[in-house]
Amino acid sequence: MDRAGQQQSLTTAREAGMVGCTYCGLLLPMDQAHCPRCGAGLQSRDDQSLQKVWAWLLAGLIAYVPANLYPMLRTTQMFHTTESTIVGGVSDLIHHHAYGIAFIVFFASVVIPIGKFIVIAYLAYLMSRPHKSDPHRLHLLYEVVEFIGRWSMIDVFVVAILTALVQFDVLATINPGIAAVCFALSVVFTMLSAQSFDSRLIWDRLEKGSFHG
Amino acid sequence: MSGDNIACPVCDVMYHLPPELADGETRCARCGYRLTLGQSEAITRVVGLALTSVVLMGMVVFLPFLDLEAGQFSNSATVYDAVMGFSTGIMMPLSLAVMGFIIVLPLLRFGLLIYALAPVVLHRPNAPGANAALRVAIRLKPWAMAEIFMVGVAVALVKLAGMATLHMGPAFWAFVGVVVVAALKDTLMCRNTLWTALANNKA
Repeated sequence: MDRAGQQQSLTTAREAGMVGCTYCGLLLPMDQAHCPRCGAGLQSRDDQSLQKVWAWLLAGLIAYVPANLYPMLRTTQMFHTTESTIVGGVSDLIHHHAYGIAFIVFFASVVIPIGKFIVIAYLAYLMSRPHKSDPHRLHLLYEVVEFIGRWSMIDVFVVAILTALVQFDVLATINPGIAAVCFALSVVFTMLSAQSFDSRLIWDRLEKGSFHG
Repeated sequence: MSGDNIACPVCDVMYHLPPELADGETRCARCGYRLTLGQSEAITRVVGLALTSVVLMGMVVFLPFLDLEAGQFSNSATVYDAVMGFSTGIMMPLSLAVMGFIIVLPLLRFGLLIYALAPVVLHRPNAPGANAALRVAIRLKPWAMAEIFMVGVAVALVKLAGMATLHMGPAFWAFVGVVVVAALKDTLMCRNTLWTALANNKA
């Protein structure tokens, strides 16, 4: 596995007065507005990146509050309705000794969203000024957040399937609660927040001389 | 303009990648991003796998997905039913979103890939808007959540295991097929190769 840069020194496109297409990678002069190979719009750096990140992140946080307070599932068994929130659903699973599944749901619905809020906020905060952190660590954090964020959707899909399957009139019915909408919105907003982050900032804002790489 | 000069989309470092280097696997020396995957022959397979996925997806939509039995009650659900679980009142938008994430967007991605790349495979001129189609297909990748839906199904099955008997329908296995084929396809999708092939085909 060859590292492409072994035989050449590392210069960024911007330092060379060029701009790289983020879709197909093609290197072009800075004054070009559209990539001739794939037609994408070109931007050396997304100046509004951090603004967008903060805005989507805030929207995601706001939606995450009702997602936890309101019920995700409404189960009716023999005229008796019980409502369960996200965390309530996890404790139900633990009661049924389904520890593995309880862990997956807890991880996807609680650990990942909260971890995402913290990591994105941390990255966006660091990028607002020159930083001295290891860019490889920051990049890894960003990659993990971008990769794992969509998996939070699991709980919304679980609710959808349960609702479709369990419709037995008086015996048992399951209906979705309003938290399912809030939670789905929260996941979408935080995905957009992560996508708005311009990863090139991590190296741009690195203080000179603190890390080589 | 030369297709051999590229910049890493993650960290902006410039590289000169002549074809003999671009055909192998290369990584950005600074951030480790996979500039090329070494899958230069994979376009035919990408198109083939996308076609397979479309066929499987057709089965997913029309055949029964899961069948639930509790005493004398029985309820069979297609994926469409699962999607429409939210379709009452203010939950309607969520219904549409779920349908988008698990059926429409994956299907759209497969269709766009076939539209953009099949002419390259068949040695025909590019279809109009092929560039835009491939761009959208790449852009939509994080929003196609078929594999996440499958994990959701697994969780739901465990939750229901105690109270009812479940039978997996043909659509269930077709969906498993879609997830596996789509994952295989994504490991073959080297962006640099696809764009180069598309650009060279136009000439």
